[in-house]
Amino acid sequence: MHNNIILAGVGGQGILSIAAVIDLAAIHSGLTIKQAEVHGMSQRGGAVQSHLRIADRTIHSDLIPSGQADLILSVEPMEALRYLPWLRPGGMIVTSTDPVKNIPDYPDEQELRKALEATRNHLLIDALQLSRKAGSTRTSNMVMLGAAAAWTGLAPDTLEHGIRELFQRKGEDIVNMNIAAFRSGQAVQEQL
Amino acid sequence: MSHHLLLGAEAIGAAALDAGISGVYAYPGTPSTEITEFIQRTPEAKHNSVRSSWSANEKTALEAALGMSFAGKRSLCCMKHVGLNVAADAFINAAITGVRGGLVIAVADDPSMHSSQNEQDSRIYGKFAMVPVIEPATQQELYDTTITAFQLSEELRLPVLLRLTTRLSHSRAGITLQEPRQQNPLDPEPDPNRFVLIPSNARRQYQHLLELQPELHRRSETSPLNHLIDGPGTTGVIAFGIAHNYVMETRTTYGLSLPVLKIGQYPLPEEMIRAFITRFDTVLIAEEGYPVAEEYLRGIDGNPKLRGRLDGTLPRSGELNTDLIAQALGLDHRDTTPVPGIVTDRPPELCKGCGHRDMFDALNAAMKGQPDHQVFSDIGCYTLGALEPFSAIHTCVDMGAAITMAKGAADAGMQPAVAVIGDSTFTHSGMTGLLDCVNDQNAVTIIIADNDTTAMTGGQDSSATGRLQQICRGLGVQEQHIRTLVPLKKNHDDNIRALREEFDHNGVSIVIFHRECIETAARKAKQQHKGTHKK
Repeated sequence: MHNNIILAGVGGQGILSIAAVIDLAAIHSGLTIKQAEVHGMSQRGGAVQSHLRIADRTIHSDLIPSGQADLILSVEPMEALRYLPWLRPGGMIVTSTDPVKNIPDYPDEQELRKALEATRNHLLIDALQLSRKAGSTRTSNMVMLGAAAAWTGLAPDTLEHGIRELFQRKGEDIVNMNIAAFRSGQAVQEQL
Repeated sequence: MSHHLLLGAEAIGAAALDAGISGVYAYPGTPSTEITEFIQRTPEAKHNSVRSSWSANEKTALEAALGMSFAGKRSLCCMKHVGLNVAADAFINAAITGVRGGLVIAVADDPSMHSSQNEQDSRIYGKFAMVPVIEPATQQELYDTTITAFQLSEELRLPVLLRLTTRLSHSRAGITLQEPRQQNPLDPEPDPNRFVLIPSNARRQYQHLLELQPELHRRSETSPLNHLIDGPGTTGVIAFGIAHNYVMETRTTYGLSLPVLKIGQYPLPEEMIRAFITRFDTVLIAEEGYPVAEEYLRGIDGNPKLRGRLDGTLPRSGELNTDLIAQALGLDHRDTTPVPGIVTDRPPELCKGCGHRDMFDALNAAMKGQPDHQVFSDIGCYTLGALEPFSAIHTCVDMGAAITMAKGAADAGMQPAVAVIGDSTFTHSGMTGLLDCVNDQNAVTIIIADNDTTAMTGGQDSSATGRLQQICRGLGVQEQHIRTLVPLKKNHDDNIRALREEFDHNGVSIVIFHRECIETAARKAKQQHKGTHKK
């Protein structure tokens, strides 16, 4: 088994929490992982990504070579498109449709939707609405992880185990809210 | 033995603790900060009294680490690549004095300049100082060789330079940890003369360093970090540090049995490299950073077998990756989807609600109508003031340069000569420049953007929180020209007025814009909330 995932978003949107859950699930499954992050200045509201590689054998490069990502999981629609050169032919894009417009020249949303729909395999998720239903818009990253779970190469229950492990310090309520968010994303994908 | 998921930087911190350090000395800098932060939050470090608070700058850090080594104990010193410029005096001379307790200097280079003003290669400093350089390829190697680097340092009685790069530092992997070793006992240098670098001692010590060089070479020839992954064919690759990962990824992806010579310890193992090059018609040299080894191996008459960054086979600048290695080896380029044209850049920006925003608004307004409009600035979050919508600052060169460049410009006649520097950058390298201004009675207005923290690297403690006025007074700035303002919208007009008054002062003015970093404030509030929750 080997799976390459690009996590994309804007600084402060919580992509490193998604990475942490996948990391924990992968370790729990006895797999090898490498996860490259962005730290420092670019975190301040800029475009951020994380390269996550999971395998049952040695992983050499910390970075995913171009055209070899199995999944782009993005919490922001324009950011999903920024990493298309990394997607393998037939690879999957799962993205939130909720834009972060912190730049003056943010593209037209209709055009953006068209560009996303022009990709071969995509799943567009209204993460904002689903996270509200789960109890807090701060869980939208777990909604997105739920929606993309089928393409991570990891069993959903190991991902839920990862969510419990990551959030347990914050108390049972926070854990349950994030699990609910994860499941709501998963349900949307399963209904397709 | 236990297994943990750690960043490369954290693996160094874990290794240093397991190697029995008694202290870590560092100034924050991307991509090195997390080494020290790991040690600071490890309960065993606190329990064993491992000294770990932040130093004022990289030079004070390295000197303190050398002092701990003089006293017989092991110490780790960490910095980003440009920090080694600041610490260079201590670094070069620590190779002349030598060490006693193991001293490892972890320097994180930033090829492609993700968070830096250049991509200088610290291996050159290692050669300059004539000390061993360790350059691991993986996070596990980082952990294992940090531990052996302390042994190497004590055996050779030399500091050891541990070089890593951004990707290795900021990537997580599973690490198997060893049993921790006890700290060294206090045992100061019995022959302190070797640390007194007056010429008579310095000549002897330098001669000793020169005589040690064959031993350093011998260690490189037998180091497990330098080894051959053999295969058939007429092309070989010499892969240095993390470049090894990209070469091995290419080898696996394309199903090649390409021979690879992996190098991770310097000085270069020349015998090993000579024997390798002889076997092939073409040898690709893959280095992350400057073509340091390539230049040396090519020599003045240029071995025609060699390919690398100097002949355009690989790009001359920027970090490597698997695609570049595959291309350099002439392998098929795989088609990829381009980025759609509607995707626009999303550069970093100052946080919403950040005090620097209000400071720059006031500064821009105050600068209107002034004869000169250029503002000297420095390194920190506030460097983002160079970008739209502020475009408020016009220089950013090196730590502390805002003050001394404003001084030079004032000497040249610029009016007003304005500097913007952060609180942590001021204590890192700005205070001595301020003394120069005071001594020359320069007409400069120095704005200290004081947010009580080292914000850009993630909110580490700042050396002089709450004591900036006192320091400026102590350096000789007149009391009535040390102003403290609060950067808030409601104070906008008052702040403009205050700035203009100080621009008109024919002497040194300090204007402190003081408001806590909103990120730090939020984190503190969260911790407090947690505290009350627990009760």
